[in-house]
Amino acid sequence: MLKIIRNKLEQGCKTTAYPKEPISLYRRYRGLPVIDKNCHTDIVSRCAAICPQDCIDSADKTIDLGRCTFCGHCETAGNGGFVRFSQNFEMGAADRQDLITDGTLPILAAHAKQHFKKLFGRSLQLRQVSAAGCNSCEADTNVLNTPFFDLSRFGIDFVASPRHADGIHVTGPISRNMKQALLDTYDAVPSPKVVIASGCCSISGGPFYGSEEIVGDLSSLLPVDLYIPGCPPHPLTTLHALLSYFK
Amino acid sequence: MDNLLEIQNGIAISRASVPQVPSDVFFKSLSEFVKNEGYIVQFFAYQEERSYRLLAVVRNTRLFVIGTEVGKTFRSLTGAVSEKFHLFEREIAEQFGLKPDGHPWLKMVRYHKNYTGEKDVFGNHYQDDIPGNYPYFTVEGESIHEVAVGPVHAGIIEPGHFRFQCAGEEVLHLEIQLGYQHRGIEKMLPDLPQKRLPIIGESIAGDTSIGHNLCLCQALEALADIPVDRGASIIRTIALELERIANHIGDLGALSGDVAFNPPAAYFGRIRGDFLNLLQVLCGNRFGKSLVRPGGVTQVIGEEQLRIIREKLTEITPEIEHVCDLLFTAHTVQARFEHTGTVTEAMAKDLGLVGFAGRACGIAYDARISFPTECYAELPGNSNHVTNGDVNSRATVRREEVMHSLKLIGLLLDKYEVFMDSLIAVQMRDHDLKPDAFVVTINEGWRGEISHCLLTDGKGKLQRYKIKDPSFHNWTGLAMSLRNQEISDFPLCNKSYNLSYCGFDL
Ligand code: SF4
Ligand code: SF4
Repeated sequence: MLKIIRNKLEQGCKTTAYPKEPISLYRRYRGLPVIDKNCHTDIVSRCAAICPQDCIDSADKTIDLGRCTFCGHCETAGNGGFVRFSQNFEMGAADRQDLITDGTLPILAAHAKQHFKKLFGRSLQLRQVSAAGCNSCEADTNVLNTPFFDLSRFGIDFVASPRHADGIHVTGPISRNMKQALLDTYDAVPSPKVVIASGCCSISGGPFYGSEEIVGDLSSLLPVDLYIPGCPPHPLTTLHALLSYFK
Repeated sequence: MDNLLEIQNGIAISRASVPQVPSDVFFKSLSEFVKNEGYIVQFFAYQEERSYRLLAVVRNTRLFVIGTEVGKTFRSLTGAVSEKFHLFEREIAEQFGLKPDGHPWLKMVRYHKNYTGEKDVFGNHYQDDIPGNYPYFTVEGESIHEVAVGPVHAGIIEPGHFRFQCAGEEVLHLEIQLGYQHRGIEKMLPDLPQKRLPIIGESIAGDTSIGHNLCLCQALEALADIPVDRGASIIRTIALELERIANHIGDLGALSGDVAFNPPAAYFGRIRGDFLNLLQVLCGNRFGKSLVRPGGVTQVIGEEQLRIIREKLTEITPEIEHVCDLLFTAHTVQARFEHTGTVTEAMAKDLGLVGFAGRACGIAYDARISFPTECYAELPGNSNHVTNGDVNSRATVRREEVMHSLKLIGLLLDKYEVFMDSLIAVQMRDHDLKPDAFVVTINEGWRGEISHCLLTDGKGKLQRYKIKDPSFHNWTGLAMSLRNQEISDFPLCNKSYNLSYCGFDL
């Protein structure tokens, strides 16, 4: 018992004050890109050529955050001329098209389905479905339950049974072998329900795009309400997206 | 052993020098090697024009390779020689449609069409989504009941199916059926542009991003003769150790939660986050994605990062010691950890367990010592003494390895300082690979031995890319841990290994 108390004193309270107070991430973290639209086309093409995810449109000078792994290769290759990554982790979107961006995103809280705020604003129970990603997305969703983020203080919980859930949170590019289990889980959730695509895998297939063994795009199977980009999304990106969308 | 060629970890050789022996010689040499404390690192098939070849990379204290040509069936060694061949042979059957003759449990591994268009060995047509047509091992008798769990589990976890054969609370047998995370990685890799390879390397198993991507980048470096700066090597080694600490700490917390001792679960959960954040300080990503690229690292450690890492380690090392002490001295915890999920040393050897799970059973093998890459040759190893093969041994090894890794990082940071001003970050670019070459890379990830094996064709294009996650060896260890154990001990046993579903499924 004494040891427990001693450890408790040493650990103290570590929960973040976000979103009441801002929080800053280390400067090497890559969040929302800042794009220079006036950048010379040669530099944009160089960035597009190096991009492993082929998500830079050099004609439109946009980046598709639904495909991007935030590897930062475009920033280095173009010496920051076309794109630099800011530390802004607030990147959730309600519309897939919005993720194809010139560096700006619409305000997520103003999305078209405001009735979800009334339904789930005070209590949101989600069933997580892991469908063939690399497990980093799952891991960085799981940490929302650690004392630092303490997700349940916002009335949001991940539950075991889809019958108890208000929606599903899907990670991974959806392998052929997981497709049926995913659809069954969705069907088991009572309506009205939400669908969240988390990580570039579930939005576009992520690193595995083009493989015959995956579906690659959750919205081709189910109506997606909320997109959370990243590889994986930072826990704060997920937290911000959930709070803005539902609160 | 005369027929085997000794090779070095991460050194490419010409494919012509890989011994090609008649298949009876091949199987005889492999049997003898494995019977004499030999272990399998890689054993896989590939296609050579119209014929099929098998290739085996095996180890004792040294590393060897041998190959042969086979027809549409080949001799199974699983029943006759060792359990170590079991999954490798099933994988060959599934990937290439070649039948291991006499295999005692010939069942699919991941459930997918084979690469060659040969007749399916398992009689599946793959029009149905999983579960397809395959058997489960069953125990019969009046008081036997079966418990099926998954693929979707009660938590934020990867999918897999567990089938328990029980008598009352006691588990007689557990069969673990994976494949739900199968993304077709090995099949897709050879045809992709090089710029996509490290991105996939980092996503084979996200909790082992550094480990797998190191294997991938070292292999490309060997095939393209790319040198790596010593400073970059130090950063890679630091990253691999940070990855090890983050995972071990996270699992110690989860073990604590599974025996309902909440304070260490909360503290370790938070401390794990601190280590992920250190990876973010290194490269901007909490899993170390984007850090390692052929030729070095994409971001160097400057004075600021050096200071942040040092200060964090100084602050957090005593905290880790204290929380470990809290966890490991609690009698209730000891009562649950000890004698739970035991695998004997003999069993572990027969299965070929690797990594901390093997070391917890008394198999000392650590690839950092036996086949060192990067800076490991100049670093001290760790030896563990609690080797009972139970949950307690696996937890204790992890505790020791966390403390050992913390020391290693301290040593590495000291070594790094002289390189700080001269080290230059690398950018991803394409490299020409040697034609007709073969390379195998091995690294000790936090779970154990990770290995990648690459073959190029006459034009220097990748012909075969073979990946092995340590989980490929160790899932069977978990199944054996559950024998004669209460079914309620499953979560605890499972967490003590924390194996990778996606690393296994590929
Ligand atoms: S950060 Fe995104 S856009 Fe830039 S190269 Fe990487 S994947 Fe492409
Ligand atoms: S989006 Fe990235 S981090 Fe998430 S599962 Fe896919 S590969 Fe892993």
